[in-house]
Amino acid sequence: MSDRYRQAFEEEARELLGELEAALLELDQNRENPEIVGRAFRALHTIKGSGAMFGFDNIAAFTHDLETVFDRLRSGQLAASSELINLTLSAGDQIRAMLDAASGREEADADRSAAILAELRTLTGIAAPAGAPRPPQRVQASETNSQCRWRIHFRPGADVILGGTNPLLLLRELGELGRLEVALDSSAIPPLSEIDPERCYVAWDLTLTTAAPPEAIRDVFIFVEDSCDLAMEPVPIERAAAREPAESRSAAGRSGARASVTGAASSIRVSAEKLDQLVNLVGELVTVQARLSEISARRDDPDIVAVAEEIDRLTGALRENSMRIRMLPLRGTFERFRRLVHDLGIELHKHVELDIAGAETELDKTVIDQLNDPLVHLIRNSMDHGIETAEERRAAGKPPSGTIRLSAMHSGAQVLIRVSDDGRGLDAQAVRTRAVERGLVEPSAQLSESELFSLILAPGFSTAREVTDVSGRGVGMDVVRRNVEALRGSLEMAGKPGEGLTVTLRLPLTLAIIDGLLVRIGETHFILPLASSLECVELTARDIANAHGNRIAMVRGRTVPYIRLSEYLRLGTPRPEREQIMVMETEEGQVVDEVLGNHQTVIKNLGRLYRHVQTVSGATILGNGTVALILDPHRLVQGAIEAGRDRRGGPGRKRFAPAGSMQDVDTINAFTRKENSIHVS
Amino acid sequence: MSKVILAVDDSASMRQMVRFTLSEEGYTVIEAADGREALGKLSPPLHLVITDLNMPNLDGIGLIRSIRANAACKGIPIVMLTTESQDARKQEGRSAGATGWIVKPFTRQQLVAVVKRLIG
Repeated sequence: MSDRYRQAFEEEARELLGELEAALLELDQNRENPEIVGRAFRALHTIKGSGAMFGFDNIAAFTHDLETVFDRLRSGQLAASSELINLTLSAGDQIRAMLDAASGREEADADRSAAILAELRTLTGIAAPAGAPRPPQRVQASETNSQCRWRIHFRPGADVILGGTNPLLLLRELGELGRLEVALDSSAIPPLSEIDPERCYVAWDLTLTTAAPPEAIRDVFIFVEDSCDLAMEPVPIERAAAREPAESRSAAGRSGARASVTGAASSIRVSAEKLDQLVNLVGELVTVQARLSEISARRDDPDIVAVAEEIDRLTGALRENSMRIRMLPLRGTFERFRRLVHDLGIELHKHVELDIAGAETELDKTVIDQLNDPLVHLIRNSMDHGIETAEERRAAGKPPSGTIRLSAMHSGAQVLIRVSDDGRGLDAQAVRTRAVERGLVEPSAQLSESELFSLILAPGFSTAREVTDVSGRGVGMDVVRRNVEALRGSLEMAGKPGEGLTVTLRLPLTLAIIDGLLVRIGETHFILPLASSLECVELTARDIANAHGNRIAMVRGRTVPYIRLSEYLRLGTPRPEREQIMVMETEEGQVVDEVLGNHQTVIKNLGRLYRHVQTVSGATILGNGTVALILDPHRLVQGAIEAGRDRRGGPGRKRFAPAGSMQDVDTINAFTRKENSIHVS
Repeated sequence: MSKVILAVDDSASMRQMVRFTLSEEGYTVIEAADGREALGKLSPPLHLVITDLNMPNLDGIGLIRSIRANAACKGIPIVMLTTESQDARKQEGRSAGATGWIVKPFTRQQLVAVVKRLIG
């Protein structure tokens, strides 16, 4: 303990001795006053307690008996006498002498201390202490390195949190002792209506592998051991298991796929058809489960609710697992392009390297199968139009050989596939000239760069000056766009003139079942994909008033332009008193009457009649048997921007049209009027 | 933001030791010399109370009872400082609602370990 504290203690102890003396002298006049006895006791108590804290062990030991005597005076077991008061006064002088000795003055007389204590014992009849106060206990990590495994069941008392203990911190502390696996026991959680949010209903089954002694484990729970159920038992550990730490439960599921790669290849071949059957069955199950949830919510019977929730969880897990079976890494598809790049390079007299990243990214087999054509097209485009000839590249100060980078990565429930090259990029002016030539835009139109780029995706657009064998026959990016959209994906382009072009394909992980958000507009239900939504907030009357007629809301300081779906889709429903705005990850919003909650959504394709509808990506069957359309928020936003541009022909600022294209709107309206006539397959 | 700890002890050297030790660990420590003074310092933000048991005016047990009766400090962890000889007082403190305790004399490491156990 540093000198700083010793000095502070010395000063304080001298003050306390003065206080003790004053109390003793008053006590001599007024023997029965408990308040005065209390003052003397507290002075002695603090001298003893703090003395031991700051290394004055002799003072602490000497004061111990005096404190005991005054504690008994306090409780009336002893009576104050003038002998006792005089003896205590000289004991105070002795403590002062000990303090002097500690600060380097002459040594205190140990014999005198012993004589005072002996006299005190004869006077009061208290017994000599059994021994010096125990030295501070410190939990020491066991020297031996032998690991033990403990199975611990810990059920905190229901009032544990009100009592000031956060059980999660205890688990964290336990985790610091070794490797901890945690399993939650939620069996005792009552139905929601009976839950008191301040009480703790859960328990944990813990497995701790540690070299720490059992006392150290118990010490973690020492504050709660009287109020909790705690059972600890050692379990044998196998050597192998100890060496290779298993991952904790929650991680085990995720890593399952990876583990099987490193382990012996214990896989079996199953025909894709069987997998499709499995996924179809899971889809049926999810639909039935939605009905069960609907019924259980109506009945409000805790037994049925419990079963419905369990089935909900299991269906979710089953769905995820069966979807994962159909996942394949993109490696096979990506590697095939090396040959393509090589052959095209010879044909075009260009040297191009293909750089592949993220090939381990997994995607639904159905999506992968349909991805080949668009990717071939994009790579051909880059080779033909993007990458310059070696001479041109040298002149532009670039290395003579070009690079095409093909990469894949996960982003929420989507996979992003990028094809980027370091070629000449897009010449915005050339795009514009071409668009005007083709009559796609008015010569006077002011367009932003991204709007110009999106023109390339329009049918029949190509910027190639010459027609070559490879590409540039005008069947360009619009074909890619259609292919990608058929996969419920989208396409973005970015780049700078002279520095290259990046095309990003945004694809859904799967085409069968997604997590959706069920929303209501008037009497009609729609599904929006959960993966693309960020948050739901209320659209307040103040937001509407502040926007002066623009469809813009302020959400946490951000400006969020929104589409009011009821007016955009011309559903003709009255505006409800309260509306909710769903903010998408792209910071645009969709306004609906009400967000009802999560919905595992089995995607059904719409019949041929509805193919041309851009803003709807499918339909699903709800728990009550009705059909809900799945809206594509990205296309809604695209559509609204395009419609906004048509209307104003104006500047490139994002401005949403209040209503969508007539074709989509008519179809959706027809659907909402007579939803049962729709054919889902 | 650093967590706020109220140290209640009539011994200035104890309070100083608690304050220095816990400040070094990144906590903010406020002090009170007895239970009555502590009652005036219970306003949020406050994450933990460390209190001695023997104090003038309002002792530790009384302070713990008042805190537990105060809805504004619901669930706040309370650590009492006891000594070996005070087993009965310790029991009294626990039934009054103390969350944990530290037996004097203790080391700075022990103090930090208990604080971390209760508020992380």
